[in-house]
Amino acid sequence: MSDHHDHGHHPAPPTDVEARARAIEALMIEKGLLSTDAIDALIAAYEKDIGPLNGARVIARAWKDPAYRRRLLEDATKAIGELGIGGMQGEHMVVVENTPQVHNVVVCTLCSCYPWPVLGLPPSWYKSPPYRSRMVSEPRAVLTEFGIDLEPSVEVRVWDSSAEIRYMVLPARPEGSDGLAEEDLAKLVTRDAMIGVGRALSPGGPEAP
Amino acid sequence: MNAPRSYEGALGGIPPAAAPPRQNGELVFEAPWQGRVFGMALALAERGAYRWDVFRDRLIAEIQGGASAADDALPAAEVYYRHWLAALEGLLVEGQLLDPADIDRFRRTLADPDHG
Repeated sequence: MSDHHDHGHHPAPPTDVEARARAIEALMIEKGLLSTDAIDALIAAYEKDIGPLNGARVIARAWKDPAYRRRLLEDATKAIGELGIGGMQGEHMVVVENTPQVHNVVVCTLCSCYPWPVLGLPPSWYKSPPYRSRMVSEPRAVLTEFGIDLEPSVEVRVWDSSAEIRYMVLPARPEGSDGLAEEDLAKLVTRDAMIGVGRALSPGGPEAP
Repeated sequence: MNAPRSYEGALGGIPPAAAPPRQNGELVFEAPWQGRVFGMALALAERGAYRWDVFRDRLIAEIQGGASAADDALPAAEVYYRHWLAALEGLLVEGQLLDPADIDRFRRTLADPDHG
């Protein structure tokens, strides 16, 4: 486009695309077809809400339905697709299950590969160099910092996500959650639990039968 | 809580060659207007201004037909959302929801700071 001149005496006028975008937004709002709030909410949904909720639905289904759990552990991409969650863009999902003997945790040592369609935006620490290196060199210490104290007998498995394979942890189902419906179970599943640096929440209220 | 599923479905329906740029899985907006046109296109589909698949096909056509040599010098997100904006603008004008003359009028006001 044009050469860059340093104007300095007043802010640069908006570029042509910027002006067109603003014009369209203003005109659509004027016609009552859109509201600023509706656009904000949509952008926010993509940036924040979608992911962890999707992952939680997957986990809740796996807790509730043993056949689904098997399918999820065998072919996670396909099993997650069963719930209408897509947009994986070719990367392959693998779900690893926490058991009394094994604790799984996910990291991406090279960059910060992350299964956004199920987990949403990665937390900032996930991208930090210390997390990425220390989770491999001293996983137990890092887990302790996250509040997870493991018995020495529990094996820690660290999974390194890549552009091709994205891991997600199937956390242990919390005690006292037996009678809960799937949607209530989903509320117990946190993002951290699905990365492996947290546990699923305990059902707090007395409403569980 | 029910709505995000359809949004997810919407983006999932875009083939990889026409999918929004991402970094670490996150949508990449390099300027605020890019986020605005992204949100507008989805919100208008949700309001029934057009069907999502109609927008999607238009976007694919824009991307396939609209590449120019000048694009190489621009960041990927800038190029991508220019196509997105062109698809949106085109659909709205064709659907008579938008008058090109109004856009021009509004644009001139914005582009000239002394003018209002």
